[in-house]
Amino acid sequence: MKLTLRIWRQHDPDAPGGMAAYDVEGISPDMSFLEMLDTLNERLTVEGQDPVAFDHDCREGICGACSLVINGEAHGPERTTSCQLHMRSFRDGDTIDVEPWRAAAFPVVRDLVVDRGAFDRIIQSGGYVSVPTGAAPEAHATPVPKAAADSAFEHAECIGCGACVAACPNGSAMLFTSAKVNHLGALPQGAPERETRVLDMVAQMDAEGFGGCTLTGECATACPKGIPLTSITAMNREWLRASRKVPRG
Amino acid sequence: MAVSGLVMLLYLVVHMYGNLKIFFGPGTFDGYAHWLRTLGEPFFHYEWALWIIRTGLVAAVVAHGVCAYQLSRRDIRSRPVGYVHRRARSSYATRTMRWGGVILALFIVWHILDLTTGTVQRGFVPGHPYHNVVAAFHDWWNNVIYIAAMLALGLHIRHGFWSAAQTLGAGSATRDRVLKGTANVLALLLTAGFIAVPVGVMTGLVS
Ligand code: HEM
Ligand code: SF4
Ligand code: FES
Repeated sequence: MKLTLRIWRQHDPDAPGGMAAYDVEGISPDMSFLEMLDTLNERLTVEGQDPVAFDHDCREGICGACSLVINGEAHGPERTTSCQLHMRSFRDGDTIDVEPWRAAAFPVVRDLVVDRGAFDRIIQSGGYVSVPTGAAPEAHATPVPKAAADSAFEHAECIGCGACVAACPNGSAMLFTSAKVNHLGALPQGAPERETRVLDMVAQMDAEGFGGCTLTGECATACPKGIPLTSITAMNREWLRASRKVPRG
Repeated sequence: MAVSGLVMLLYLVVHMYGNLKIFFGPGTFDGYAHWLRTLGEPFFHYEWALWIIRTGLVAAVVAHGVCAYQLSRRDIRSRPVGYVHRRARSSYATRTMRWGGVILALFIVWHILDLTTGTVQRGFVPGHPYHNVVAAFHDWWNNVIYIAAMLALGLHIRHGFWSAAQTLGAGSATRDRVLKGTANVLALLLTAGFIAVPVGVMTGLVS
């Protein structure tokens, strides 16, 4: 395959950026999108140019590092991560636009790499359960109902990639935050922090400068892990419940 | 957003229902308007109940507008650098919430000047709403304004009602179809019910 790529190039957070066009040849339809970028980078390196910086780690769709907006869609045309997207989803001769996640809370570090530290701070504010350390507890000491386990697992699938923020017209982080709140809230182990978790995580999310949710549903459409839009509704319910129970101040 | 929107929605359902009384003639319609002013008597004085409702409505409209403004500001600030490759996002009703809301706000002002105070209507006679409605819809362009505004209202409610339910935590995977269905029925019912009046005048059914 022969393609024309238009890629966002930006040397550092404060430098002005812009789209730069590159022609790539010899692309196999079986390559992943990242392997296609590797091919380009090898050539750029040989030619003495700066390779395109992009985030990646596992390349098997489980770590959440890869983060490309491809032709205006977070993670591109298929419902998967950028690393699991294959070039057979494109046609020979296509022009493909590649941009970084765009959000005030995700500043560009370089080219296609953004700083997703805001997500880490949301997790730090309440995305944990307090467990006593020491000897491992007996496995059946805390029974988990099947429905709760299923719900927790569905939300635990979130890999924290940030595609939901990138896809949202408002740059809102509600889907990510709700996945975490619902994951831990569904389990008995998460019960002690049930109220403070949702209040603190939502407060941190707001403090990071993410936009407000208007239920456009773009996040759930883009999410490679299929976190449902109703996850946000469930978090709203938890937040209302918690704000009635915990006096604020 | 959600609470003030639902307050207005409740008002609109009652308002649309009341409007349809115009098809039963001037006696019924003007009588209904008179009853609205004497509602709650003798506990309330003349027009007190009406003013209480008006106060609540103004509070809801202002709260809704202020929240919408703040939310929009926040949403725009959260993405200072946009995408180069743009594509249409989400459904038409969802995308038009902001501008649809502004259109509705302008419409509310026009509507009050037209049929409550009569400021912009030549043949306005205070206390004779039937006559005033017929006179208002004699001008074709006023029909266009009203019908366009009601189509905008339908779209706003289609997304707004469902969205409000999610904000208040009332939605779930199993209830989603019911909520979406209710939003569509409400949107259709209100749009059709309101539009029936100008259409009634235009076709001579109401004269
Ligand atoms: C003053 C004029 C109005 C403006 C500026 C306005 C604007 C907005 C905006 C910007 C939103 C949030 C957008 C979104 O969810 O994407 C919204 C939501 C909503 N609007 Fe309006 N609107 C107006 C009038 C109305 C009217 C007349 C109704 C009555 C039916 C209404 C009912 C709703 C409802 C129920 C919501 C959903 C609230 C939520 O999502 O929590 N709006 N409006
Ligand atoms: S909710 Fe989905 S899109 Fe958002 S961070 Fe988690 S996995 Fe990524
Ligand atoms: S590189 Fe790990 S999910 Fe894509």
